Amino acid sequence: MNRKFLSALAGAAALAAFATPAIAQTIAITGGKLAIGDGSEAIENGTVVIVNGKVTAAGANVAIPAGAQRIDATGQWVTPGIVSGFSRVGLVEVEAVESTNDTEANKSPFSAAIDVSTAINPLANPIAISRTSGVTRAVVVPSAGNSIFAGQGAVIDLSNDMDDVTQPRAFQYVELGETGAAKAGGSRPAAQLMFRTLLEEAQDYTRNPAAYDGRSKDNLLLRVDAKALLPVIQGKVPLLVHVERGPDILGVIALRKEFPMLKIVLVGAAEGWRVAREIAAAKIPVITAGLTDLPASFETLAATQSNVGRMVEAGVLVALGLTDGNDAVQLRWAMQQAGNMVALQKIPGATGLSWGQALRAISSAPAEVMGMGDRIGSLKPGRAGDVVIWDGDPLELMSAPTAVFIDGKQQPLENRQTKLRDRYATPTPGALPKAYDR
Amino acid sequence: MMRIAYLGLTAALALTACTGTTEAPKTASSNTPGPSTAPENPFPSTYTAYPGVPTVIRGATILDGEGGKIENGVVFLSGGKITAVGGPDTPIPADVTVFDGTGKYVTPGVIDIHSHLGDYPSPSVQALSDGNEATGPVTADVWAEHSVWPQDPGFSRALANGGVTALQILPGSANLFGGRGVTLKNVYARTQQGMKFPGAPYSLKMACGENPKRVYGSKGRQPSTRMGNIAVDRQTWIKAREYQKKRAANKEQTRDLSMETLADVLEGKILVQNHCYRADEMANVIDMSKEFGYKVTAFHHAVESYKIADLLKANNICSAMWADWYGFKMESYDGIRENIALIQNAGACAIVHSDDENGIQRLNQEAAKAIAAGKRMGINIPEEIAWEWLSYNPAKAMGIADQTGSLKVGKMADVVLWNGNPFSIYTRPERVWIDGALMYDANDPKRRPVSDFELGQIGAGDTK
Repeated sequence: MNRKFLSALAGAAALAAFATPAIAQTIAITGGKLAIGDGSEAIENGTVVIVNGKVTAAGANVAIPAGAQRIDATGQWVTPGIVSGFSRVGLVEVEAVESTNDTEANKSPFSAAIDVSTAINPLANPIAISRTSGVTRAVVVPSAGNSIFAGQGAVIDLSNDMDDVTQPRAFQYVELGETGAAKAGGSRPAAQLMFRTLLEEAQDYTRNPAAYDGRSKDNLLLRVDAKALLPVIQGKVPLLVHVERGPDILGVIALRKEFPMLKIVLVGAAEGWRVAREIAAAKIPVITAGLTDLPASFETLAATQSNVGRMVEAGVLVALGLTDGNDAVQLRWAMQQAGNMVALQKIPGATGLSWGQALRAISSAPAEVMGMGDRIGSLKPGRAGDVVIWDGDPLELMSAPTAVFIDGKQQPLENRQTKLRDRYATPTPGALPKAYDR
Repeated sequence: MMRIAYLGLTAALALTACTGTTEAPKTASSNTPGPSTAPENPFPSTYTAYPGVPTVIRGATILDGEGGKIENGVVFLSGGKITAVGGPDTPIPADVTVFDGTGKYVTPGVIDIHSHLGDYPSPSVQALSDGNEATGPVTADVWAEHSVWPQDPGFSRALANGGVTALQILPGSANLFGGRGVTLKNVYARTQQGMKFPGAPYSLKMACGENPKRVYGSKGRQPSTRMGNIAVDRQTWIKAREYQKKRAANKEQTRDLSMETLADVLEGKILVQNHCYRADEMANVIDMSKEFGYKVTAFHHAVESYKIADLLKANNICSAMWADWYGFKMESYDGIRENIALIQNAGACAIVHSDDENGIQRLNQEAAKAIAAGKRMGINIPEEIAWEWLSYNPAKAMGIADQTGSLKVGKMADVVLWNGNPFSIYTRPERVWIDGALMYDANDPKRRPVSDFELGQIGAGDTK
């Protein structure tokens, strides 16, 4: 009886500390060095106001509503929560332990219809670990199994509640470069043909769903997969296309002549800088890793860290993400990726990003690429109250969050790793084995 | 034509100037082998330092690699060596090239103790994938140098972006005994011998844990478990000790490449670099090494070193670590960002390593993350101490600390001038000298190496 009461009380206390969403709540974060995330540089002594989980104002000389809970960020930095433009977080606990890895289903009969939002695990440790480092939202991408189409990705938040999906079925993902060639049977032309054929079959389905027989001898696309491609060919959701090579990028741009409604987003695009003007003219955004600078394959021969800077200079909207691996567990590398883009500004012959542009590439840019720039990714009015207070320049390696808010709710900064750290701060056991230290 | 002749002449002059820096190449004929004795080094280094000019960097913050820090310092390089290091009043000759290092840092070149460049090069196509002889769990007979492709574009990125001046190429970790590792100067050459660090001892790569048991267990053969790993290890050491005893007694026996390497380990001539993640497995390996009388020089990856920092210190074993890798496999599940700082704090030997063609370009950034993680838990590690993780400690664990790894007079002039504080995200190498020769200069596209593979391809010679 007593014990039950105590735990209920503890639960209530925890709730009070982290979340009081039911009644109107106003938070004002004041005094910090503030960056909006829209590409502008940080300003001194900025204020962010969050009302009922949404940003209502941010900038200098912002009026603080009466009754607001004030959080003093003097001497610290304040930014929007970091958005990972490409990840598999929430789908994985341990990458090489298959039973904990839901990124790919190469034995499934389904492809485009696979919907990652049905399996996001809000309790996956990489979510808590990423949150501790200031990442508040992530684009979650399925990995292609036995088709060029990987399925429908989602945008999620990294909060500590059980409802992490911000936007299910936010986009479709397709492989059209080397990987696409392999999935389509062994060549790029086969991948191109596969892509066209599957989209045409989806169009057949659109015209007459009842008549579409996904199991006929001539159909490659199952009914459910055809149905899932509907919003893609109607241009209602973005189609993320993974290609790296310059000519392959031009090939993707050309596809829009046949399928004008497609909302194409390039993923990878290591040689994007070679065709940056064409990408910009086609108004196609790019998600890439930034630090890719080796010819890891024959489709990335011209890879350079200046890729992002050169594309941005040409007018391309570029978001950073983990397109080159470590995508399930290392979302916290986003700040390092962005900071390195700034470092390039000092290298003769290289093209980097300004600090404001670099922050944008990991906040508002990925949100805009997803068509969600009005909902998340910056501290403009109306956006979700995702705010991070940092003990220094957020792009610097030595900095870390001191507070993280998601939808206006302050988040815990503990995780499994901080627990292990505390347990082994001194390695030798005390009066009892380490297993008793909690 | 003229140019080639001129270059040849400079190279010859450099040779004369630097005779002290390199050992005369040893050949098989220089040994007097017994009946079952291997030649001392059948693949001798042919590396020679490239020409340099006497150079002074003044006004920079110097981190000397052995825990020293000098503000507004002076570093003088000549004859391929460090000839002076000190404060602003350090005397320097009048007629030398002087670089203004104001606002910049000078450090020893970064040394990566765990790389697969050349063995797993870019592009990562199967035809060039030569890092794991995964045909048996005991392949102490293979030598990583025989897989090194000197045209790997990765060497140039490690130089220009990472300030890496020396690196150890290890075989992969599929096998319990992976083979011999080799230490290279990060200087392109036509052959691996031309890159080989003169006089560096060899290493033996060993592996515990998931990889060997997975690779061979999946083939239905031993080892398929961790106990199988240790059993095969111990059986192999029993044979090696017998071979070594016979060899020491100069008894006739057929040469066995595997046994030669292991016998050299038992005689302390070859260092042991042991891939191992989990604390409990490292403890098993330490006991095994005592059973057979060899020494583990460093545990590599070592994501759980923080759990046994005291044991590692007591046994004088280094940990070569990442800053924050975790969660990619079960044995990396308990990786924490404080690992490096906790090892340092316990007084054990900490090394930052890459095991990665991308990570090797940013080892200074990895060290910065480790400093930051330590600071957040109250462990304050000065930057001059942290630099030991990047040059002196790896040099020690590779057996080359008497020649490089710190800015001490008489050592090889393996030096990086950084365009700011190297623990800042905004900093990159500005110039890199190896044996006093300027091998990279951010301001001079001609001092940016382009491997054969990249020559004539799109983007060749670009800033990467």
